[in-house]
Amino acid sequence: MLQADLNVILPEIVLALYAMLALVVVAYTGKDKLSGPLTWVTVAVMVLVALMIWGRGDAVEAFGGSFRSDAFSTFTKVAILLSAAAVLAMGQEYMLRRQILRFEYPILVTLAVVGMMVMVSAGDLIVLYMGLELQSLALYVVASLRRDSAKSTEAGLKYFVLGALSSGLLLYGASLTYGFAGTTLFSGVIAAVGDGHAPLGLLIGLVLMISGLAFKVSAVPFHMWTPDVYEGAPTPITAFFATAPKIAAMAMLARLLHSGFGGVIGDWQQILALLSLLSMFLGSIAAIGQTNIKRLMAYSSITHMGFALMGLASGTLLGVQAMLIYMAIYVTMNIGVFAFILSMERDGQPVTDITSLNVFASTYPGRALALLLLLFSLAGVPPMIGFFGKLYVLTAAYEGGLVWLALSGVIASVIGAFYYLRIVYFMYFGKEEAAPLEAGRSPVLATALAVTAAIMVLGVVNLFGVDSAAAVAAAAIVN
Amino acid sequence: MNNLLSIVTFMPTIAAVILAVFLRGEDKAAQRNARWVALIATSLTFLVSLFILFGFDPSNPGLQMIEDREWLLGLRYKMGVDGISIFFVMLTTLMMPITIACSWKVTKRVKEYMIAFLLLETLMLGVFMALDMILFYVFFEAGLIPMFLIIGIWGGPNRIYAAFKFFLYTFLGSVMMLISMVAIYHHAHTTDIQALLAYDFSSDPIELFGWTIPGGFQTLLFLGFFISFAVKTPMWPVHTWLPDAHVQAPTAGSVDLAAILLKMGGYGFLRFSFPMFPVGADVLTPFVLWLSVIAIVYTSLVAFVQTDMKKLIAYSSVAHMGYVTMGIFAANQQGIDGAMFQMISHGFISAGLFLVVGVIYDRMHTREISAYGGLVNRMPAYALVFMFFTMANVGLPGTSGFIGEFLTLMGVFQVNTWIATFAATGVILSAAYALFLFRRVVMGDLIKESLKTIQDLETREKWIFAPLIALTLLFGVYPSFITDIVGPTVEVLVENHHAALVEAGRGAAAAVSTAASH
Repeated sequence: MLQADLNVILPEIVLALYAMLALVVVAYTGKDKLSGPLTWVTVAVMVLVALMIWGRGDAVEAFGGSFRSDAFSTFTKVAILLSAAAVLAMGQEYMLRRQILRFEYPILVTLAVVGMMVMVSAGDLIVLYMGLELQSLALYVVASLRRDSAKSTEAGLKYFVLGALSSGLLLYGASLTYGFAGTTLFSGVIAAVGDGHAPLGLLIGLVLMISGLAFKVSAVPFHMWTPDVYEGAPTPITAFFATAPKIAAMAMLARLLHSGFGGVIGDWQQILALLSLLSMFLGSIAAIGQTNIKRLMAYSSITHMGFALMGLASGTLLGVQAMLIYMAIYVTMNIGVFAFILSMERDGQPVTDITSLNVFASTYPGRALALLLLLFSLAGVPPMIGFFGKLYVLTAAYEGGLVWLALSGVIASVIGAFYYLRIVYFMYFGKEEAAPLEAGRSPVLATALAVTAAIMVLGVVNLFGVDSAAAVAAAAIVN
Repeated sequence: MNNLLSIVTFMPTIAAVILAVFLRGEDKAAQRNARWVALIATSLTFLVSLFILFGFDPSNPGLQMIEDREWLLGLRYKMGVDGISIFFVMLTTLMMPITIACSWKVTKRVKEYMIAFLLLETLMLGVFMALDMILFYVFFEAGLIPMFLIIGIWGGPNRIYAAFKFFLYTFLGSVMMLISMVAIYHHAHTTDIQALLAYDFSSDPIELFGWTIPGGFQTLLFLGFFISFAVKTPMWPVHTWLPDAHVQAPTAGSVDLAAILLKMGGYGFLRFSFPMFPVGADVLTPFVLWLSVIAIVYTSLVAFVQTDMKKLIAYSSVAHMGYVTMGIFAANQQGIDGAMFQMISHGFISAGLFLVVGVIYDRMHTREISAYGGLVNRMPAYALVFMFFTMANVGLPGTSGFIGEFLTLMGVFQVNTWIATFAATGVILSAAYALFLFRRVVMGDLIKESLKTIQDLETREKWIFAPLIALTLLFGVYPSFITDIVGPTVEVLVENHHAALVEAGRGAAAAVSTAASH
């Protein structure tokens, strides 16, 4: 029995053991001198674990139902691992050159990933909280990795304090739920909640838990940390924040709501719809005034989380599928854009001001074109795949009866298009004035940029099969 | 060849990819190669597209040459043409070589310029051929990207404002259509346009915020599409992006915008709004007709006071598009035939007028009317061409402009004489501003120093104008070339429309207009 249980969490065990082993080996041998190769090894391990998970589509439970492996966890884990691997690979050279690539970085990222994998597989409130904290604690540290920079330290501290608050909310919600349901297992909670409307105590627990998770996905009004942390953290770490943790938190929210509170969709639908509405509008409007591309991407991610929440708010099978597709596309787009941001520099120093992209297109036509495709995809203009993500969530929202939300969403997307176009404007329509930007010659970044840009266009053929995989995944948690 | 339509649609894309991948450098030779590749590709596309025209069976009112493949999400990659779309396809493939030829003197980033136009051609063709509504939307919306770049990179001094306004205006319009499409998919469970044409959307009145909406769901869907197509057409009062976009766009951009992109609105009305939501269309017909007639009169007056030639022609385009929407919503054979005719003829005439302005802009780099005068003395051939297109724009009998205006007026007269009366004044007003423009630019004595050395049309320019003039005359004296092909499809369209209205209990209005059209 135990062996069967352990077999279910084998990928997590492998990754956790790897992290600890690497920590011991590197700490006693080369320390920071080995951090370059260590990053590549970590990337390789993550890809291998992703391949290992890929084949595990069957729904199995471990530890009495508190841990589940099914198509849903497979889909999200593969997405988390691949995006984390891509971000690690992209940031390696950037951090080496600025001497901030400490050996703890890949190890902490690995531990955060283990936490995320536990989160998306959780079938129990305690397991959920364990995964979430493992992830968060690792992330607090990497946010302030640049110890000598005031901004980075501030980012870490801010993230930590607000993160602790949100964890507290979540934990309080979980304890209320336990108190009223008498169990922490999702399968027990859903029985206690019943159909129609949840009892008041459970309702308060639900609201508190949604608030805690909304903080993790940076949905308005729990978004305040996002721009500051995105700006303060070193760019590779910002790229990481923008990708894997978002999928994990969103997936966990979906599982909690459907496996634990699937009977009372009406109760949480309105909360998610409101979070979604606020996120879409605040993200779109606040980004207009930004000139720092990292802050801009922070607001952009708030907007996109709003759209993903729109899918989830519909409370249907299609809604979960739409959310998964949206997240997969969102992560791909963000990897591409951050590959570009990482390559922005002048005299060897990183630049994050969007006005520095002036006439970028005449110096680097290829890279400008790639970013152009990514930006139009972020704005949701067809034929780029960002549009299909939006199409899915809009369809889901309509089917879930949230016509007003779908209407507001498209209006927000028009407002949002403005600031993406503004970057295009700097790159293509600007006048030659300041010294032009240099784009680093890193082959990894160039490849990441080119591949993601190609995906934006070629995805129009069949979305690389992501939609059918997401459909299977969604069916695993929606009953 | 059962994938002829896809071949025609994607030929320009292939050329664009070839240019992007194989052409290196920015020197004279590379620029020349880029131009020739683009010209040859667009000309070949035109020649291949002739097979569509010759292979088309005019007696069949349905969709033809259908290609149908699976696509993601249960959508279909479905293409086809019928009497309504075939001339837009031909108009597009014909105008593109002209567009490329008129940008022969562009020297800024020539390769990218040609790629943008080639991609634009694919997207425009896709719009007219798509038979899946999401596929249609993809082409419709994607066309914004190259046009945004064309205005923004190669445009005039205020190009950035114009490019953003163009993009955001049309984007806002289109997303409303997207929501309607999502709603359609939810109710009809298909995105196939052919199936949707046969689908009967609910038209029971519904309550919304205490208002009773006649026509119910159909009216709401109609409005969603209407916002998008009204912006694209453009109709008053959402036309304000057009003058800016036209003035700032390079000549070739203006030509494509006026000749083809504006027709997407009218095409959309005929493909979606009108046949799919007959009751919704009927409920809002008076509203649309009045908007059209306001557009005709108001924008003609606005055109009269313009000091910029391109802006004047842009406003004149809005006025002429007013005839198109008026004809469509007259909902009878003459009206819709006339609207189709007007759109195609406006494609030649407005393109001709923008090219006429482009010729002197290339020489003098100004579009101010007051900077010119007496050009006839040094440019007799030019003056002749200018006069021809001015007369065609006014709607002189013998040119295609006359047929379109006459048929739409005749169509609308049967529905509402007041509308027809007001619209008829637009004919006079258009004569006023067009002749006024012609007199101030071409007639009189050549007194301005700067114009003393201006050169007449060169051979390339004459070749650009020749096909436009020939077609304007041909369709002016032999209109049945178009109406014979358009007619059967329109006939079925009108019959179905009226049958649907009778079924929905709006028979009284329908019966009158059917009786009148016979």
